[in-house]
Amino acid sequence: MTDQTPALRLENIVKTFPGVRALGGVSFEVFPGEVHALMGENGAGKSTLMKVLGGIYQPEEGRIFVEEVQTVMTSPLQAKAKGVMFIHQELSLAEELSVAENVYLGELPRKSFGRVDWARLYAQTDEILDRLKVSFNARTRVGDLSIANQQMVEIARALTVEAKAVIFDEPTASLTDAEKVVLFDVISDLRADGVGIVYISHRMEEIFKITDRISVLRDGEYRGTLVTAETDEDEITQMMIGRSLDLSRNAAPVEVGEVALRVEGLSCGDLFQDVSFELRQGEVVGFYGLVGAGRTEIAETLFGLRTPSSGRIFLKDEELKISSPIEAIGHGISLVPESRKEQGLILGMNCRDNITLPQVDDMTAGPFVADGAEVAIFDQYRDRLQIKTPSWRTSVGSLSGGNQQKIVIGKWLAMRPDVLIVDEPTRGIDVGSKSEIHNLLRDLAAQGYAVMVISSEMPEVLHVSDRIIAMYHGRIMRKFGVGEVTEDSLVQAISGIGGDGQAA
Amino acid sequence: MTDSRAKALGGLLARQGILVAFVLFMVGFALWNPRFIGIDNVFGVIRSSAILGVMALGVTFVVIGGNLDLSVGSMMSFSAIVVLDLHENPAFGPALAIPAMFAMTMALGALIGFLVGYLKLNSLIVTLGMLSAIHGLTLAYSGGQNMDIANQQATWFGVFGRGTVAGVPIPVLMFGGLALILAVILAKTPFGRKVYAVGGNGTAATFSGIPRARVVFMTYLISSFCVATAGLIQASRTMGAQNTVGQGMELEVLAAVILGGASLLGGSGTVFKTVIGVLILGFIQNGLLLAGLQFYAQFVVTWVIIILAVWLDIAAKRGRLWSPIA
Ligand SMILES: Nc1ncnc2c1ncn2[C@@H]1O[C@H](COP(=O)(O)OP(=O)(O)OP(=O)(O)O)[C@@H](O)[C@H]1O
Ligand SMILES: [Mg+2]
Repeated sequence: MTDQTPALRLENIVKTFPGVRALGGVSFEVFPGEVHALMGENGAGKSTLMKVLGGIYQPEEGRIFVEEVQTVMTSPLQAKAKGVMFIHQELSLAEELSVAENVYLGELPRKSFGRVDWARLYAQTDEILDRLKVSFNARTRVGDLSIANQQMVEIARALTVEAKAVIFDEPTASLTDAEKVVLFDVISDLRADGVGIVYISHRMEEIFKITDRISVLRDGEYRGTLVTAETDEDEITQMMIGRSLDLSRNAAPVEVGEVALRVEGLSCGDLFQDVSFELRQGEVVGFYGLVGAGRTEIAETLFGLRTPSSGRIFLKDEELKISSPIEAIGHGISLVPESRKEQGLILGMNCRDNITLPQVDDMTAGPFVADGAEVAIFDQYRDRLQIKTPSWRTSVGSLSGGNQQKIVIGKWLAMRPDVLIVDEPTRGIDVGSKSEIHNLLRDLAAQGYAVMVISSEMPEVLHVSDRIIAMYHGRIMRKFGVGEVTEDSLVQAISGIGGDGQAA
Repeated sequence: MTDSRAKALGGLLARQGILVAFVLFMVGFALWNPRFIGIDNVFGVIRSSAILGVMALGVTFVVIGGNLDLSVGSMMSFSAIVVLDLHENPAFGPALAIPAMFAMTMALGALIGFLVGYLKLNSLIVTLGMLSAIHGLTLAYSGGQNMDIANQQATWFGVFGRGTVAGVPIPVLMFGGLALILAVILAKTPFGRKVYAVGGNGTAATFSGIPRARVVFMTYLISSFCVATAGLIQASRTMGAQNTVGQGMELEVLAAVILGGASLLGGSGTVFKTVIGVLILGFIQNGLLLAGLQFYAQFVVTWVIIILAVWLDIAAKRGRLWSPIA
């Protein structure tokens, strides 16, 4: 492989932002037909490196070669013209436009007089969508798609040209297992066609499944490259965070206390039906299912964002009507929402103010916001969650994806809720912090919080939960008690087979 | 090396473009006509900017909250006409005319706040409609007549527009005082924080338990309070007013707010920056007048300035003056 010409080569790239040296002279290469993983902690500089390659950032120093021809990437369009395609970590789609218009944005096929050739546009797009085996078509409005499906549209974009290299920046963060299988098929097709692929992910099982080599960044420095077949998780983790991970779960015996939250026969239109469960103080209950199984909608109903069509909600045996997030928060419920960018953060606001936002009314000295108390809260959660940011004044929008997610978690932990609901809490979070957050959720339970974890990652659900509730198409299929669950039975329950309906 | 210096300069220009352009403009004009930065002229500019400035303070809240207010000009005409009419009404007199006018103006603000905040109607449409509706209301109220105070010697009403304290004109004091109070509210109170949150990302604000509708409602109430204050100064200064006294001011106000650096997308800006924007606009218009440009040319110039400000705002976000992508 080494006697080949690399499809892409980066040499000594330096990029700084105010207060941060994001890349301190990083070199990296990918060969045709190779899947090259780029790994590193949140904020290590992975996305920045790829944005330099994609023409979004201009580096202060360093050189870029495409097939050993030195190139200056001044814009994404130019990068595309040179055969470098980029699937971004944060979605960048025009919600009001159709899927086809998004896929071919900026270069719609034309007829004479510059008229758009709609027939061809839709036909070409549908062809690509067929390869991706998706359930929507070229004419669907992007805003109507789930986040997972929007991610598939981003991927479709990269398949419109004969690419020399394709960069995937955490493409699976919001995909279901079935969609992942499709994505991996697409990647192996591309690889067979001799395309060089850069693959960024925090998920070890994916890395071992599809990559050939792994390069590791740490604090903006190049740490080394490993051959996937000759390494293991531990070695990678060591390189990434400088220590091994203790993946054992703190085995404190679960001391469940009183019922903190009880839901009886809750339904909301056709989103979910007849859902009953209880959450006790001191336990973590995992909600597992496919995207669209109704788990997020249940969480939103408990948080006052949706009105149930029937059913009852009890908090500590007191029946409640929760009709707004303000009321939910008042009753001691916190929700870490599914989408950090849309629902979780004010991107233009600084880190501190984002974390204290839900309690800003209580953080006062006289009529004014108490700056010192706010900074104290920020410091506390920065340390606890190891949030990497130059200062609390930095606007959240300029943090790396994983650190943004930590801000959202910190914001809701800081509320010290009785009931903590987390929806896909570790999306985009590196391995070290992920186990950190898992431990944190366990600790919270041990301190008497009731924790509800919604996740589409089976290892995560299995790891953090005491009990697991499996959902399929808006219904609870099966409830697994402590120690009852096996991977097989879980897989069966969420695909609608072998469940025992509404379990007792 | 020179390259990186050029880049740094470009970055500064994009970020502080308005301030840089303003300083160059001031220096150029001062060299050409030293009277321009004379103490009299400077105070004159501040004084004549006070009415616009007071209105811009309120609109700053609305814009940071993610909305627009195009009704402030015609609302100001309404306030001025109403306060003058009630002043002449024996049942009111100046002492009752002023609170009554504030109540009526703020009722209009509450209506807009209700439509935009609670009913979630588009603020551009609502306030553009209100611009013309309030104009109609003013005409109906005045019967199309201009309003004048008959016996100007017999009233203390002129103090708001013509009075001075220790040589400083009262309109300037009111502008300064209000700016200070509103700056503190915006920067230091939980309410101010919520305005930024709602304008920055309304959905995330809702998810954080912030009553979005109420916050938007309050921004319009503040805006109408500022408009009423401006109307009071205007009516008091001239002791009379035309039905159209505030006409066209909505755009100048918006220009001042954007010049100051508030983004039209909401979520950013400060009271201090708006004050700077007001002064920049005032000095530019004054400079052009001194240069002998016709009064009417100001309308065109104001438009050019708005475009420039919006362009630089976007350029600053992109970090360069021009970019092939959005
Ligand atoms: N536009 C920006 N302005 C300022 N700082 C930035 C900007 N983009 C990135 N950074 C900083 O550069 C560093 C590297 O960020 P980057 O997004 O490359 O991390 P990452 O490795 O992709 O992390 P993650 O796994 O969380 O996505 C971080 O410290 C981040 O805060
Ligand atoms: Mg990243």
